Formats: sequence, structure tokens, C-alpha cells
Amino acid sequence: MNIKTPPTENPKKEIGRSAFVNARLLDPATGLDAIGGILTDGEIISDFGPQMFTDSVPEDAKVIDCKGKCLAPGLVDMRITMSGSDFATTGMAAVAGGITTAVCLPNTNPVIDDGSVVEFVARAARKAGLVKVYPYGAITKGLEGIEISEMGLLAEFGAVAFSDANTAIRDAQTMRQVLLYASTFGLMVMEHPEDPSLAKGGAMNEGETATRLGLPSIPKLAEVLIVERDLRLARDTGGRLHFSHISTKESIDAIRQAKIDGMSVTCDTAPPYFSLNEGAIGDYRTFAKLSPPLRSEADRVAVIEGIKDGTIDAIASDHTPRHEDEKRLPFAQAATGGVGMETLLAITLELVHNGHINLIDALSMLSSGPADLLGLNAGRLKKGAPADLVLFDVDKGWKVDADHLHSKAKNTPFDERPVQGRVLRTVIDGRTVFELDS
Amino acid sequence: MNDGAFDFSAYPHRHLLGIEGLSPVALSLILDRADSFVELNRRHENKLAILSGRTVMNLFFEDSTRTRTSFELAGNRLGADVINMSVSTSSIKKGETVVDTAMTLNAMHPDVLVVRHNDAGAVKLLAEKVNCAVINAGDGRHEHPTQALLDALTIRRRKGKIQGLTVAICGDILHSRVARSNIHLLNAMGARVRLIAPKTLIPANIERLGVEVFYDMQAGLKDCDIVMMLRLQTERMSGSFFPSIREYFHFFGLDYAKLEKAKPDALIMHPGPMNRGVEIASDVADDIGRSAIREQVEMGVAVRMACLEVLCANLALEGA
Repeated sequence: MNIKTPPTENPKKEIGRSAFVNARLLDPATGLDAIGGILTDGEIISDFGPQMFTDSVPEDAKVIDCKGKCLAPGLVDMRITMSGSDFATTGMAAVAGGITTAVCLPNTNPVIDDGSVVEFVARAARKAGLVKVYPYGAITKGLEGIEISEMGLLAEFGAVAFSDANTAIRDAQTMRQVLLYASTFGLMVMEHPEDPSLAKGGAMNEGETATRLGLPSIPKLAEVLIVERDLRLARDTGGRLHFSHISTKESIDAIRQAKIDGMSVTCDTAPPYFSLNEGAIGDYRTFAKLSPPLRSEADRVAVIEGIKDGTIDAIASDHTPRHEDEKRLPFAQAATGGVGMETLLAITLELVHNGHINLIDALSMLSSGPADLLGLNAGRLKKGAPADLVLFDVDKGWKVDADHLHSKAKNTPFDERPVQGRVLRTVIDGRTVFELDS
Repeated sequence: MNDGAFDFSAYPHRHLLGIEGLSPVALSLILDRADSFVELNRRHENKLAILSGRTVMNLFFEDSTRTRTSFELAGNRLGADVINMSVSTSSIKKGETVVDTAMTLNAMHPDVLVVRHNDAGAVKLLAEKVNCAVINAGDGRHEHPTQALLDALTIRRRKGKIQGLTVAICGDILHSRVARSNIHLLNAMGARVRLIAPKTLIPANIERLGVEVFYDMQAGLKDCDIVMMLRLQTERMSGSFFPSIREYFHFFGLDYAKLEKAKPDALIMHPGPMNRGVEIASDVADDIGRSAIREQVEMGVAVRMACLEVLCANLALEGA
């Protein structure tokens, strides 16, 4: 697999060595879970392990006492939207959520369908200097679903995979050509599985709630229809396929079966789909208007099952900042999407606290899992790897408060939710970029 | 010319509709005979009377310059009467079916019909309805036998043989009749055939035709003796097969950097017309030491002379 590291803008001045002592070390890639420490030297991890610093700490190293809290590879968020928000506040939101690497959708302005835009996004993110941002390339030019974009060249410029953001490739023949073309270069195609004709005009999941609220709805069939179509196309073409934010039982069943059949298909989901259901819309709460829409309770439970049995490979925030004006509208007119980077870890840890999965598996879905899917040099503790770390308290309770989010947009579907698990410190390339005020 | 040196019964077919199914002996006969015409064609006095009294009719339902001219010249050199029918003036434009056109022309008693049509199988359909010999000058994306023969002659003259050579055919395989005819011919003559293209331009199950498929041009060109480039047939494309000329050339255009992977004496070929900067860099196309592109055109006339002669000889055996 291609390992990609963004080149640093300016070689920074010497940052020296730091010793993270007395930590509960967690490495999802190897399953390591033990008390120990990490020594960083400059921008890299120079040593780590359960026996670190038991006798002494190098004299020149700055000591950071982790007080027994969890120290793990920084989170890798494989799906964020950058449009409409500047890089600095996105970066702040990311690192406050323990995210050290984020991959942004190509629905930026301009669209990432040209090599120069790939470079622009990478450069702008580097200038902000917080989270490391990798771009997806557009599958089709202008995200229009018609002409294949320059995938080969975009990949050479640094696009890590391909996505048409929040639209599915409508036309089966186009999708077939896309999969064929992408597989020419071994590139991954990420589909937003939602049949545009079935979803057209819909504001929420089809069912009793939509009926009671009198809202136009999207049948969950819209998801599985595209999943099954694309699975057949991928089987036929040998293309590398990934489904983004899976939300229904039927599509999870289809993907599970495809994996049993040996297909190289993967998928991710986002926290709203295993922690909320359509009931969260309550009295027309537009912050709960997402794409795909929040589904039924049975679907939510199925998403958890998919996470537990490995059908779902990764959890991404699906961070979609929206301006107040786009949300303060009648429900049917409001924009879809929610911010999610700052709640990604805490909501995912609900799965741990509720006994569905263990902590290592949860972290694997948030770091080594997505990093491996995309071939990123991130998400694992390794000598010589970038010193991208998150220190968090797995038990600490807090309450999500939209007004106190670091992101410029405040549209979280989790406002006022009591959660457990808090990021204490985020380290990128050996530098502490976030520390929780005590 | 000494016709006695060639045993035309080695080609026991009335028509030349495709390469598929022709024996190495039949193919060699045409190549040997064509080879004997090459020197003659280079002379000032090159008109023969072998086909004197025969009528060759060029019937092109699809635009063509080089193939039609090449057949015309071949017929003339052998002393035949050559008539050109082009689609713009024919009754096809007035709604006549291929079969009706064939019947009409058949009534004029031509000896050889040279037919190009944009539908695969159309030439065969037509051949079933006429009494004369028919040469397929290209049917859709099916076959273009005389192109494969002239390519083979070019290779044979440059490399001394075909057997054992590794030939890479690169580009728009999906829409190419030239590729299909060449695959059949090269395999029949014992060459190893590789195809190089993006997956969108490789037809399904083509490996069943006895080829090795590569999606990485540098890997595919490694140690090749012959590099055959194909034109991107955008006029036959509906839908998105590749994103841009820029990207296509970057990954699948022949330039010196990629050519370096082939053998140092690898021969570059192209059936024409070339799109410079699309499938082939200009400097590579014009490289006198390595490009056989001009020579291919020259071989075309010799090969078509041989084909016309062989088919007419068979007609004579029938007493036609």
C-alpha cells in the first residue's frame, strides 16, 4: 500500500524530546494495552513500551505525567467536510476531539477534481498547522456524476481515495466505468450509498415518525439499492469499493455477505447512526437532519452489530459544518449534516461503556482502521512513526454543549448529551496542539 | 512475376473476412507473396497485368483515406479495374439495406468487393449474398485483416521472424478491430501478445484470446520487441472511458521514458491515423531509427496486392 506523508511546509525549529510517563498505553494496531510510556524525539516516536521510564527518564526530555490516563495514536477521521469553514477553526475542532489526521471530502470550493486543488488543500491545512489534512479526489468532474475525473493524476498529486461527497453515482454504466478505471491504478472508490431518485425531496427516514411529522421522507431502500448495485458492479470489475456512513440493517447485511464471499469491500459509519435514531428529530430539530437520515431503532441496533462483528471497518465523524442560516429553517428546507469531530471519541466510547466492544477495538475503528484503509502513515504506535498522540480520560463525564464547541459551526446533533470520555491532550508531530483547561 | 513460386491453394478460402481461423500456412502465403511485391513497388515501372480484366470494387460505408487508397493502388498495380463507391454518394444514404446494396452491386459482376462497414459482421452478411470474393477492410470493432497482415509483414522484414517475439498492443483495445486481427495473427504465428490499456478500454475476457493484459504501461512494455500503439477512437466512445487526454497520455501515451522499458531495438508501430501527444509523443513517432510507421503504410499496398491476387487466383480455379 502507498504510504503518504504530507511534506512539512517549513522544517520547524528543534522541538526536543518529550517523555510521556505513567500512561495507559493503547495501540489498536497491535492490541497493546499496558501501563508504560512514550518517548518522542522531535516529530517522531523514538521509543515506547510497557517498561519505559521505570528506572529513569532521559535528562533532556520534557516530562509529561499522564497520571494513568489513556495514551493512544491520534485519531484518524476519514470523513470531514471543509467547505464553508476555514482551516483554522476546523483544525481547532479536530485537535479538541483528539483527531490528528483528517481526510476531507472533495466538495470544497473549488471542487477537488484537479491536481492544483489537491495541492491547495494540503497547503492551506499545513499553514493552519493543526490537524493533518489529506484530500479525497472527486470521482467525477465537478461532482456531476458524468465524466470520470483525472483519478490517476489526482492520486499522484496526493488524493488518498475518491468520493463524490454526498451524492451517489446515479448511472450504473458510469459507476461501472469508474470502478474499472480506478482499479486500473488500484484506487479506492467511496460511494455515498443513496439512490438519488428515491431520496429526492426527502427530509428524513421513511416511517411512522415521518408520517406523524408530515415530512417528505427517504425510504431506507435508497441505501441498500445502491449498495447491492455497487457490490455487483465491484464484483464484476474487481474495483476497490468503500461505502461511506452506512446506516441501515439491509445494507449492513449485504456488505457482511459480500465480505463472507471474499470481496474486498469496506465501509464506515458515523456516531449518529449507532447513538441516535429518527426519534432525535423530536419536534423538527434541524440539527438532527443528517445525510443519510437518522434511521429506525432497529437500524441503529444493526449498525452496532455491524461494528461488533467487523462488518463496519471504521467510524468517521462525518463532520459537516453548517451555518446557522442553513439550519434555522423549516425542517424540509434545512441543510443536512452535523459537526462531529469534537464528539467523535466520546460518542464512540459509549459503545465501550455499554459493553458492546472493548476499548482497543473502539480505538482501532478510529485510528489504525481508517489509516490502513487509506494507506496513511498514521494510527499506530511505532518507532519512527510521526508522534501523533491523543491522551484521554476514558471515564470522565461531561455534557456536550454546542455553544462551547471549538468549530465555528455549532450544528451538533448531540447538544446537551451527557457523555463519558474526554480528550485531555493532543500531540501532532511531537508538539502539543491541544490541552484541556482544567 | 513468377506465379509458379506460390501455391495459392494454401489459401483455401473464397473471401478474406478475418484473420481468426486462418492457418499459419495461409498467412505465410500472403506474406511471402506480398514480400515479393515490395521491391517491385519501389520501382518506377511497377505496373503488372496479373489482374487484367478483373474488377475490384471499393465499397466503404465508413470514411477511410489510407485503406481505400491502398486498395485502389494495389488493384491498379496489378492491372485490375478499380471502382470506388463511397457512402456519401451511395444509395445507403437513401435508406437501402446492406444486403440490397450487395445484391445491386453483385448484378454488376465485380470480381472482388473490398468492404468497410461500421457494424461488426456486416461484411460477412454482405459476403453471403454475392458471387464475388469479398475482402473485409474493417467491420466495426471486429476485424481488419489486411492491417494485421501488413503489420506482420513489417515485423517480419524488420525482425526476420514473428515467432517468439513479444508484442505489446497499447491503447484503445476495446474499440479496435486492428487489435483483434493482430491478436489472432500474432498468436497464429507464434508471437507472445500483451495488451496495455486502462481497464475501461480492455474488453471483457480478452485474455481468452491468448493475451496477457497489463494496466501499467511500464510493466507491460518490459522487454518487448514490438510496441504497437492504437489510436483512441473517441468517435466510437459513448460514455466516460478516460478522464482527459492529459491523463491518458501521462499513463498510456508512448514517450521515451516508457519506451525505455522495452528492448533497446524495439520497433514502434501505429496503424494510423496518429494523434500526436495523445497516444504517442511526436518525437517517438518520428524516430527514424525505431518507428516503422511509414513502412507500415508501404507494406499495406504490397499486402493488398497479394490478397487481391490470391482471391482472384481462387476465383480462376472455380472458373469464375
